[in-house]
Amino acid sequence: MSTPLGKFPGGLVLDGQKKRSTHDAIRKTPLSKKLILPLQQHIGEASTPIVAVGDNVLKGQSIAKAEGHVSVYLHAPTSGTITAIDEQPIPHPSGLSALCISLETDGEDRWIEHEEIADFTRLSEHDIRQKIREAGIVGLGGAGFPSFIKLNPGVHHHVETLIINGVECEPYITCDDMIMRERAEGILDGVEIMQYALRVNNCVIAIEDNKPEAISAMELALGRRHSLKDTRIVVIPTRYPTGSEKQLIQVVTGKQVPSHGLPIDIGIVCHNVGTSYAIGRAIKHGEPLISRIVTVTGTDVKHAGNFETLFGTPMHELLSFCDTHREPNEPFILGGPMMGYNLSGDHLPITKTANCILVGVDNAAPKTEPLPCIRCGECATACPVSLLPQQLYWFSRSKDLEKTREYNLFDCIECGCCSYVCPSKIPLVHYFRFAKTETMNHELETQKADNARIRHENRLERQEAEKKEKEERQRQRKLALAATKAAKQKEDAKKAAESSTDNQEN
Amino acid sequence: MPLSRLSSPFLSGTNRVTLHMLQLLLALVPAVIAIVYFFGPSILITMTLAIVVALLAEALMLKLRHRPLKPFLTDGSAVVTAVLLAIALPPLAPWWLTVIGVVFAIVFAKHLYGGLGYNPFNPAMVAYVLLLVSFPLEMTTWLPVASLSEQPLDLVAAFNVIFNGQLTNGLGFDTISGATPLDAMKTQIGLLQHPSYISEQPLFGLFAGKGWEWINIWLALGGAYLIYRRVISWHIPVAMLLGLSSISLITWVIAPETTASPLFHLLSGGTMLGAFFIATDPVTAATTVKGRIVFGAGVGLLTYIIRVWGGYPDGVAFAVLLMNMLVPLIDYYTQPRVYGGQK
Repeated sequence: MSTPLGKFPGGLVLDGQKKRSTHDAIRKTPLSKKLILPLQQHIGEASTPIVAVGDNVLKGQSIAKAEGHVSVYLHAPTSGTITAIDEQPIPHPSGLSALCISLETDGEDRWIEHEEIADFTRLSEHDIRQKIREAGIVGLGGAGFPSFIKLNPGVHHHVETLIINGVECEPYITCDDMIMRERAEGILDGVEIMQYALRVNNCVIAIEDNKPEAISAMELALGRRHSLKDTRIVVIPTRYPTGSEKQLIQVVTGKQVPSHGLPIDIGIVCHNVGTSYAIGRAIKHGEPLISRIVTVTGTDVKHAGNFETLFGTPMHELLSFCDTHREPNEPFILGGPMMGYNLSGDHLPITKTANCILVGVDNAAPKTEPLPCIRCGECATACPVSLLPQQLYWFSRSKDLEKTREYNLFDCIECGCCSYVCPSKIPLVHYFRFAKTETMNHELETQKADNARIRHENRLERQEAEKKEKEERQRQRKLALAATKAAKQKEDAKKAAESSTDNQEN
Repeated sequence: MPLSRLSSPFLSGTNRVTLHMLQLLLALVPAVIAIVYFFGPSILITMTLAIVVALLAEALMLKLRHRPLKPFLTDGSAVVTAVLLAIALPPLAPWWLTVIGVVFAIVFAKHLYGGLGYNPFNPAMVAYVLLLVSFPLEMTTWLPVASLSEQPLDLVAAFNVIFNGQLTNGLGFDTISGATPLDAMKTQIGLLQHPSYISEQPLFGLFAGKGWEWINIWLALGGAYLIYRRVISWHIPVAMLLGLSSISLITWVIAPETTASPLFHLLSGGTMLGAFFIATDPVTAATTVKGRIVFGAGVGLLTYIIRVWGGYPDGVAFAVLLMNMLVPLIDYYTQPRVYGGQK
């Protein structure tokens, strides 16, 4: 049962601050009067609305359909009326706006008709994936990648292990901890379905050792479930960033995902516990993804806890429900303190990827100007990917993008360990994000230029071909003309000859 | 606490540049006490002078470069440079020697390259080498260990020598000073004396130079404290000491009649100061793990080569500077394999 755990280099032992938000059971956020639903709450193409302003919708009714392959459906989190489909500010680090559907709730919370499926094995794997897609399920760990794609290994891959990620390594966040404590059965429902869809029995549920309640709840539920005999719970040491997919795979299996590759390349598929629960609800109960558990915590939150919140609920309602002390427009964090991003507007809606709202942290990075890098190498020691952040920093600063690539900038997972340990307090990750964006913009520009060049060359070629064709046609015509002329002359000559012979005969 | 950063991570550890520097100074305290014990209190005068001049030079350069004074004067780096140079200078070094050295270290070796974090060469060693090349006499005349001297110097006498160049009794400084054990060993081996015979002389102690061996041991213990507190990593010191002892072991086994023992080299001159406090200067050393091992081993080998076959009695300063030059190259070829990268 107990295989030795692998290890990744670097990482940090952080003050978890988890107890702040695990006193109370998961509570329901009160129904908001108006929900704002961005059409893009996942990685990939935005969904396309299939309702119009003025339509009445029921809870769980699809209101937008998937567009392209990497996309999912979106549903009305409650019953009500569509009041607008327009640009609204969305929770995004850049503060931009995007197309959203606004729903005025009617307070009746009436469900659309949905079917429970007792035996999901009568569905094909394909049907399951389709249903998961239609239920709008994306990775709830924070990335928001459409889950049905990760449940489709394709014909070239064979899945050896399914890893269920209950690590939750970032400080403060406890939504996965709480869902494991309270809804272990539901999570296992999802695990069964995923095993079926992936045709894999070997499954590891990984949980950090700082969540003993979650571990025992999951163990209890797993002990009762005889269908999952090749599923085991692996307790792993608490160390940031073990919850990151690649690092977790290294800890659980000892293997490394190839650089620029995917876990499936080494026969592994990884899903978050919250996602697993959502899949269970969607397949077994026919309920699409319309809410999630959100941790609201931080040093300025009086009643921190976990809240089952409908998508589209404005953050300020959640914050005031938890009695938060916050200056108007004071920035707060969406996500964890190590990888989240800060927002200042609290009228933004909760989306599928909003796992935590964090107001106020201990040991916040200081306001002082950073000192120069003294090349102490602490960052390299802390890096879980074995990068050399101190070198990347020089190259990012000097915009030497070529060099940043040579030093594997795009393998950086932005976990923030390097910035955390830096004695000069340099915001290293900030520089790396900048360099990544610059590189991508540069590539886009090059691609555009390349496309334009190719278009131009094609046009020249086309013109040349047209010209040639025209000339050829002209030549042909000339030839034809000449031929007819010659034929006519011949005929004329013949006629003339005939007439002359006639004359002679006469 | 309100957020001050624009992007994640919003948390920050307790690590600070100033803390690094303070730990470094703390680790030097036992060795400085040992120096006072063996060579008299003159080091304290030299060190105070060096620190004052270093801070003045630092402030002046920051002003000229339009940099904020407070963060850089309090980071402790100028003080560390001054203290390291003061320890490396001979006891009773004349005041102007200290001033020239410190000013050169701070102004030329540090700020003209861009200040903290930007200097390719260790400032204290650049200054040391400048002084050694320019003033070889003053830099190599050493005071014998206090117990050997007929007239141990008190603080007032030391002050007089440093600032007036005279002993209180009117005798010249050179009447009481002499060569260092490293120097004596080298010269006498050159005169075909057997090393074991040389080390019988009163200048020598149990393993190496009298007094020197203990100062080196205290420096090594201070260095061990720094490794324990994770201010420095073990790679550079261990590699340097292994590099130095392996080459000296080989030559010692081959030709014991013309070479000193590995232990003598480990506990002589600037070995331990170099291994734990100079070569580990993060700004000028290699930063990758493998690179640090290469860098340290290089310093150790070069130190021995210069000591034994070069023109100077000690080679730590030259060895460090030579290896400083190679740092970009070493770092480039010793990059670690990233997660999921090619094996």
